[in-house]
Amino acid sequence: MLTILFDGVAYGMLLFVLACGLSVTLGLMNFINLAHGAFAMAGGYCTVVLVNWLHLPFALGLALAFLLTAALGALLERTLYVQVYRRSHLDQVLFSIGLVFMSVAAVDYLMGSSQQFVVIPEALQGQFIVFGVGMSKYRLLIILICGLLTVGLQLIVAKTRFGSRLRAAVDDQRVARGLGINVGAVFALTFAFGSGLAGLGGALGAEILGLDPSFPLKYMIYFLIVVTVGGTSSITGPFIASILLGVADVAGKYYVPKLGAFVIYAFMILVLIWRPQGLFARTTSR
Amino acid sequence: MSPVAGEISSYLGRRARWSPLEIAFWLFAFATIWLFPGKHLILTETAILALFALSLDLILGYAGIISLGQAAFFGLAGYFSGSVAKYGLINEPVLALIASGLVAAALGFITSFLVLRGSDLTRLMVTLGVALMLGEIANRFSNITGGADGLQGVNIGPILGLFRFDIFGHTGYIYSLIVLFICFLIARRIVYSPFGLSLRALKGNPLRAAAIGIPVNRRLVAIYTVSAGMAGMAGALLTQTTAFCSLDVLSLERSADLLLVLIIGGTGYLYGGLIGAVIYKFLQDWIASLTPQYWQFWIGFVLVAIVLVGRERVEEWTAAMRAWIVGRGARLIARPVRLRASSEQR
Amino acid sequence: MPVLETIRLEKRFGGLIATNGVSMTIDKGARHALIGPNGAGKTTLINLLTGVLRPTAGSIILDGRNITALPPHQRVRRGMARTFQINQLFLDLTPLETIGLAVSERLGLGSDWWRLVGTRNEVTREIADTVERFRLADVMHKRTATLPYGKQRLLEIALAFACQPHLLLLDEPAAGVPEAERQELLATIAALPANVTVLLIEHDMDLVFSFADRISVLVNGGLFVEGKPEEVARDERVKAVYLGEELDA
Repeated sequence: MLTILFDGVAYGMLLFVLACGLSVTLGLMNFINLAHGAFAMAGGYCTVVLVNWLHLPFALGLALAFLLTAALGALLERTLYVQVYRRSHLDQVLFSIGLVFMSVAAVDYLMGSSQQFVVIPEALQGQFIVFGVGMSKYRLLIILICGLLTVGLQLIVAKTRFGSRLRAAVDDQRVARGLGINVGAVFALTFAFGSGLAGLGGALGAEILGLDPSFPLKYMIYFLIVVTVGGTSSITGPFIASILLGVADVAGKYYVPKLGAFVIYAFMILVLIWRPQGLFARTTSR
Repeated sequence: MSPVAGEISSYLGRRARWSPLEIAFWLFAFATIWLFPGKHLILTETAILALFALSLDLILGYAGIISLGQAAFFGLAGYFSGSVAKYGLINEPVLALIASGLVAAALGFITSFLVLRGSDLTRLMVTLGVALMLGEIANRFSNITGGADGLQGVNIGPILGLFRFDIFGHTGYIYSLIVLFICFLIARRIVYSPFGLSLRALKGNPLRAAAIGIPVNRRLVAIYTVSAGMAGMAGALLTQTTAFCSLDVLSLERSADLLLVLIIGGTGYLYGGLIGAVIYKFLQDWIASLTPQYWQFWIGFVLVAIVLVGRERVEEWTAAMRAWIVGRGARLIARPVRLRASSEQR
Repeated sequence: MPVLETIRLEKRFGGLIATNGVSMTIDKGARHALIGPNGAGKTTLINLLTGVLRPTAGSIILDGRNITALPPHQRVRRGMARTFQINQLFLDLTPLETIGLAVSERLGLGSDWWRLVGTRNEVTREIADTVERFRLADVMHKRTATLPYGKQRLLEIALAFACQPHLLLLDEPAAGVPEAERQELLATIAALPANVTVLLIEHDMDLVFSFADRISVLVNGGLFVEGKPEEVARDERVKAVYLGEELDA
């Protein structure tokens, strides 16, 4: 049972790294980016090419996945997304679904439709046995990396000047602009960073989540659930939501295999019935 | 009656009358049975898509509910109608069609309460979530649904015990077209009724709608249920005319394609879904002959392009085109009528 | 029996007290005005009365029945209608459709999805009456969004009137109406039937004093002074509140 808990936490933290960019984008730009999963997929395929084909070390592959996906995010943000910010939510949804379709078809064309695996270095294969609980080394690495990222994110947002500019812009864009904060730069940087994190998550998660062209479609609902349940006004909200979801999903699939994934959908719907703004959202005046 | 009252009365009387262009549309639609005998299979798909789009127009165009999950009702009824035929529970297709519609409407009723609360974003999430959830269930319970292979061994009996389905799709098309027409008639009555007027009001200003005594939530639940039933009938038609049902009836692609159909055709005047479906199918046929595999890429591209250009601008163009066509068409049809009238004594 | 009675009505937003224990009574057929400086809580009070906001304490009695828990659309059915300070209209509908809608709803035809709008003579006659009374006959086929502000304001009141309320709450009906169109508006309000009780929020003192037979002054969410127009006009404390002078003990 503890193994399930361990696996669930690892899965949850992975989900958090994947989804937190979406949460911040939604909270910051009030923009529904359903194509977020496409960035994760990009990061995953990036690492496949770098590690499997070019034989770069795994750590370098992860770092490059982050950087390249962040660059892609920045590019798309400044050219395409920026034109859609002021549109209605329906337009944003249509736009991002359009991007998803394009990216899925493009990846299918370029890389084929079969599932891809990232070659994991020897050191990360296998398990530790701690107090009779089997902990996969890879999942341990995930927890470590994601944990550090979470702490780092929280520090950046809470302690740095960029973080306070970000929080101001999330709270009230107009006032932030009036204070002289370059909201456009904040958007671009944040979007790039969030996409980079998604790319890193995609690279890390290829082993656990499975990487194929339909990744953005398969996992879109998970990201949406994290954001819905966790709210968009903090880092801790989505974090707790991701852990809950990760554990619930893994436990559900283990104990009730027939209804496994069904559990989290039901969970999301129940939360939305109870609190349409999400479990952790502040009551904003938006 | 005062002159104002008289004018109001005659205006309201004229308002819901069938325009000559509408009559021409439906005459042509039914004429396609004889005009294009070799194309009945694709025309059936078009009619089904048109009915599906009509169901979304009722909630999106008239009540303002954004939904990414119409596929849930489409798919549920699709599997239901297939299953009742396969297991011999309901052998007569029209009965199965109505039953499937009612099942879909029931799901619509149950989930409508989720759609009432929260913002547009919540509605999108909830409708999407329900559709994806059903897709997951259909995938899991593959012993009933056939999973990724689809529902096999579906045998559809003859309609009303008399008209057998044939491999050329003749019966299927006439059947689908009649169902589409009947559902359209119902939708038309709804839209021109006080109920329909209240929907337009609560779409524009729900606060004021409540302030004049409209029970907003009750109306939304009602139209959402009706829309779900119609979407369900479209899904059942698909299963019945193809004797097959698979997981893609519940996919996100289906819901997204539907939105695209309505954007092309325009919302809020009932014919948008029908016209959009025709144009969409035409485009699909054309592009599929060019690049069969990567249809999805071009759909995505069109969606992105439409949003970047601006949906309002696209709507303005389609509305302008419509107005031009209506103007031309009305003049064409009105000319023989006027000729006749002028030769009579007024 | 008074038409409307509030008993220690209170509304808090967190620490802010927007409505502070308001107890007031409005008699049948009254022309009651509610005045007060900006931010006094007048619109909040209207929102409480109509059910848009839920009170944190206190109750509202309409025609002797407690309506505190009723949702807005049911209060309308009990005979209470309001207008909004900023026009809340159906911009895509025409005045004809807007008033027709209110009339249909009131007659219980709103959920009829089969019959077409306007097939009943009494509905048509009533629409015509209301349209003529509010001088909208010349614009009744135009989309509301295209109407000049004064006509929109008239439609705002006509819409509430079409609900045939016996208690009509008017929230600053003259607000933003240009001078040229004011007379038409004021004449229409003055011509409201005597059996309709009216609660009027206004800043325009000419309108208030020519229209009202009773005035309540609301300050910081609480009822400050209440009485006949002449009494309130003479009251030093009211002048002080409006002019911001120091109050004598």
